[in-house]
Amino acid sequence: MNGADGAGASKAVPVPTPDTERYWQGTARGELWIQRCGACGRSYFYPRGGCPHCSSTDVTWTRASGRARLHTYVISHRPAPGFARGTPYAIAVVELEEGPRMMTNIVGVANTPEQLDLDMALEVDFEPRGDQMVPVFRPATDAP
Amino acid sequence: MSDRRAVIVGAAETERIGVVPDVSALEMHVESARLAVADAGLRMGDVDGVATAGISPIAVAHYLGIAPTYVDATTVGGCSFLVHVRHAAAAIAAGQCEVVLITHGESGRSRVGAPPRVMDPASPMGQFEAPYGISGPPTLFPIGVLRYMKEFGLTHEQLASVPVAQRRWSVNVPRAMYRDLLTVDDVLASPMIAYPMHLLECCLVTDGGGALVVTSAERAKAVPGPKRPVYVLGAGEAAETPLVSMMEDFTTSKAFRFSSRSAFAEAGLRPGDVDHLMIYDAFAHLPIFGLEDLGFVGRGEAGDFIADGNTSPGGMLPMNTNGGGLSYTHTGMYGMFLIQESVRQLRGEAAAQVPGVEVSLAQGVGGMFMAAGTLILGTEAAAGR
Repeated sequence: MNGADGAGASKAVPVPTPDTERYWQGTARGELWIQRCGACGRSYFYPRGGCPHCSSTDVTWTRASGRARLHTYVISHRPAPGFARGTPYAIAVVELEEGPRMMTNIVGVANTPEQLDLDMALEVDFEPRGDQMVPVFRPATDAP
Repeated sequence: MSDRRAVIVGAAETERIGVVPDVSALEMHVESARLAVADAGLRMGDVDGVATAGISPIAVAHYLGIAPTYVDATTVGGCSFLVHVRHAAAAIAAGQCEVVLITHGESGRSRVGAPPRVMDPASPMGQFEAPYGISGPPTLFPIGVLRYMKEFGLTHEQLASVPVAQRRWSVNVPRAMYRDLLTVDDVLASPMIAYPMHLLECCLVTDGGGALVVTSAERAKAVPGPKRPVYVLGAGEAAETPLVSMMEDFTTSKAFRFSSRSAFAEAGLRPGDVDHLMIYDAFAHLPIFGLEDLGFVGRGEAGDFIADGNTSPGGMLPMNTNGGGLSYTHTGMYGMFLIQESVRQLRGEAAAQVPGVEVSLAQGVGGMFMAAGTLILGTEAAAGR
């Protein structure tokens, strides 16, 4: 549990900071929250107290749909602590429906080049890392 | 009239590179510093500026008995030393210093006197990348390669042709760690590290150091050293993101584009004017990105360009002629070795010498497409054009 596996080590646990706390409160509830700029209207990730597109600090939190597409990835054959049992595994970047991209893992499908097609439809899920929950993505159930 | 243009008058690497388990990182700085100052025909007392990354320039200066009146601790990854040259050139032009010593030393392989590698779990990387099982640059730097392949049709064979091309150089470089010729099949048969990257598409991990001495053209003329000065014709620096997952476009480096644009503008040159090219090759896709982002070829053309032999010996654009980070050495912050090879080629003293090099460009990267530094260096003839 909590990411411990046969190798005896645990997966890296994120430590929230004041500007990211609401994001991690959301993931603990099984929700993905991102920020949207009131000035230019664009959404962004990672969480921070100002819009990276236009520098406005008029930003609000908004719950993301959880729908995303697989943008790019590598499949690591060198397990990080806690990942030995699942090696090789994909370290991916997904593009959220709202626009921003984020690093993640892909679950619910074999992590092979044959099974992981770029731009495939995904939906968010959550996995524990220590006392935190992190968003991961699985193939979308309503994908055409 | 005073000529405050910057010139590199001293350049040297540590006598041993590769596996050097009996020398600390700091000693690598110091050894290369002494060799570079001697190469310039100067004494340590002539140095009034010190720049380095990975360790404090004050530690290096104090070890060498220098009380510098110019220090630069800019640390932006492996391109730091190219950026140090740019900063030194500006400081020399402004009259703030006369002789700047830039040092690199790293016990990347043996980890002698090297700082521990730590990840702050509250940093952006600690929060938004580390939980997904990253384990060093091989799992991060190449993350955009599949996207590039999909967008531009780059094949695994073309990617594998990058280390193949560079071995054609290192076969003639006695100091290179790997000197056996490779085939594309050899590369594709080497162990998978992080798909799509095989072992032979990932850089070496080595020990070593290097140093440069930069001064003004007028001082180099007044106090001539044993070697011909190498002129800094143009330089650039840029930064994009601390997190590779936040790159604006995974098929191109904004830092490469912005940094090289500055350097070409300052030099008043274009890619077609470059005789010799060094592009930081921590992984095989970097020369592909670099060739396109610097404007040597069009978007999506670099894979073919390399696979067709254009960057190999006898090709139209000799690139990474020491064998690069893939074959020569890669201490961790490899950028110093780009500059060293450019200087050797311009002086006509490289192991795999290209005939008639007048203009050499060195393109560095820092972090995982985090930052970039560009130097366009030239002979006195090129500087006088």
